[in-house]
Amino acid sequence: MSEHEYTPKSKAGKWFNDRLPLLSLGAHLTDYPTPKNLNYWWTFGGILTFCLITQIVTGIVLAMHYVAHADLAFASVEHIMRDVNYGWLIRYIHSNGASMFFLAVYIHIFRSLFYGSYKSPREVIWIIGLMIYLLMMAAAFMGYVLPWGQMSFWGATVITNLFSAIPLVGDSITTWLWGAYSVDNPTLNRFFSLHYLIPFLILGLVVLHIWALHVPGNNNPVGIDIKKPSKDTVPFHPYITIKDAFALLVFMIIFAGFVFFTPNVLGHSDNYIPANPLVTPAHIVPEWYLLPFYAILRSVPDKLGGVILMFSAIFILFVLPWLDTSKVRSAVFRPIYRQFFWILVIDVLMLGYVGAMPAEGIYLVLARVGTIYYFLHFIVVMPVVGYLEKTDPIPMSISEPVLTGGAEPSLARKVDDKV
Amino acid sequence: MSKEEKKVNRRDFLFTASYTVGAVGVGAVIWPMIDQMNPDKAQQALATTEVDISNIEPGKSITVLWRGKPVFLKRRTPDEIAEARAVNMDDLPDPQKDEERVKEGKDEWLVMLGVCTHLGCVPLKDKGDFNGWFCPCHGSHYDVSGRIRKGPAPTNMEIPKFEFVDNNTIKIG
Repeated sequence: MSEHEYTPKSKAGKWFNDRLPLLSLGAHLTDYPTPKNLNYWWTFGGILTFCLITQIVTGIVLAMHYVAHADLAFASVEHIMRDVNYGWLIRYIHSNGASMFFLAVYIHIFRSLFYGSYKSPREVIWIIGLMIYLLMMAAAFMGYVLPWGQMSFWGATVITNLFSAIPLVGDSITTWLWGAYSVDNPTLNRFFSLHYLIPFLILGLVVLHIWALHVPGNNNPVGIDIKKPSKDTVPFHPYITIKDAFALLVFMIIFAGFVFFTPNVLGHSDNYIPANPLVTPAHIVPEWYLLPFYAILRSVPDKLGGVILMFSAIFILFVLPWLDTSKVRSAVFRPIYRQFFWILVIDVLMLGYVGAMPAEGIYLVLARVGTIYYFLHFIVVMPVVGYLEKTDPIPMSISEPVLTGGAEPSLARKVDDKV
Repeated sequence: MSKEEKKVNRRDFLFTASYTVGAVGVGAVIWPMIDQMNPDKAQQALATTEVDISNIEPGKSITVLWRGKPVFLKRRTPDEIAEARAVNMDDLPDPQKDEERVKEGKDEWLVMLGVCTHLGCVPLKDKGDFNGWFCPCHGSHYDVSGRIRKGPAPTNMEIPKFEFVDNNTIKIG
């Protein structure tokens, strides 16, 4: 990892470092050579770390006041909102924090898609990232169940019933997940237990994610391999830390805007009605960050087919590094792929929109078109465009286009060269 | 040479035997961890519910809770029964005669789980295109016999195990 050996200056430091090289790790993280052309889209890793810590800290505090019981959960959340000192603030940070977490993770994922960060040699980073994303969805879903409002209850019912689509064993699995014959107190209890566990699993995966990142080093907007350390790199501290800190500050302003001015705008008012197993709300929708997948689920007129397609929409991302056949990483040099990238962004946003609308008429048509394009993008567009596309010339290094004021043909290398 | 081969085989046997015993042991420890999540004794104890049906007028229905799930008890009018029985079996995604969904001689009583077979929402009564139930979550239409007619739900609404204790009481479960 480190290109140079680190020796602590003090005798005590050396004594400790010989036994547990924590100081070497610290030195590695400080000096870590980072491409000097990283733009603000690269600051979301730091922002996401902040989100995870925020959720863990506020969550631990909320768990001190929350009661995981079907008869008491709703009242205990209201108790947090009204009685607990600053309880309203902590809960609003936690509930809006989940949304901010997903906002950041979606930007992070699409950044990776645009600049080809998922490609060799960074496939393992990508896959660990997707595992984090899956765990985030599980944690967010179970967290949404805990207030035991109408949306909690019926959201839990619909999502757990997805498993009943599995042939033969579906019903047994659903009953096993519930610990009852419907979503009930045992379900709430176990969801609370797992909701508390998952963030720490995520934390462990984040360590692996960063470890895997530090082996090849960061990708960069130009998408080329660079020598480390060299003229093309800067030490992580202070150059990247200060840039990350500035981006984080802007992010926190938006976060605070939600918490203090519109804390419920991303939630659903029906969740302020206590859970009632006899009445389903007229229009149930998941949280906004799950809407594209919900739209895919509803676009299929068959129960098992819808469930399979919805899960496929996530799992297809795991094989993305092998579906993309282009040798060029960054979409900056890929004129055709770049357009399809933006179509995909619009497609996912549209799926999110129709996921929030009733599944009928024009919305159903849009959902179907959106679903078909989503899969075509990964299964057809990515392999085919990678083969056929004539990419733009790639610079020799990060410094050269900067120092000469543009990518000059004489400095550019051919696509066929090893990138 | 043959002696050495024998030695290797013996070691292989020990390895395989150890792995097998180990796997059985791990399985024996894991199973209780998995099975503890299945419905416990307290949940199973709620398995029957008795309902007084003497106050239900023809054409009306009530909803009761059984094992955490709603059960619809509908007293159907002769017209509704006739309508349910006139349906062509070819029009049904999950073909089932109305006679198979009620107790013989008690044709007016439809007792079924009020749970959409798609993803478990509670359908609304007297709604939808077939004069029966309509699920607001994902748009499944059920007829007056609770059979799926249109939408993503794969099967008819389930008929639970039930019996008439006397003329005024139904025991579900």
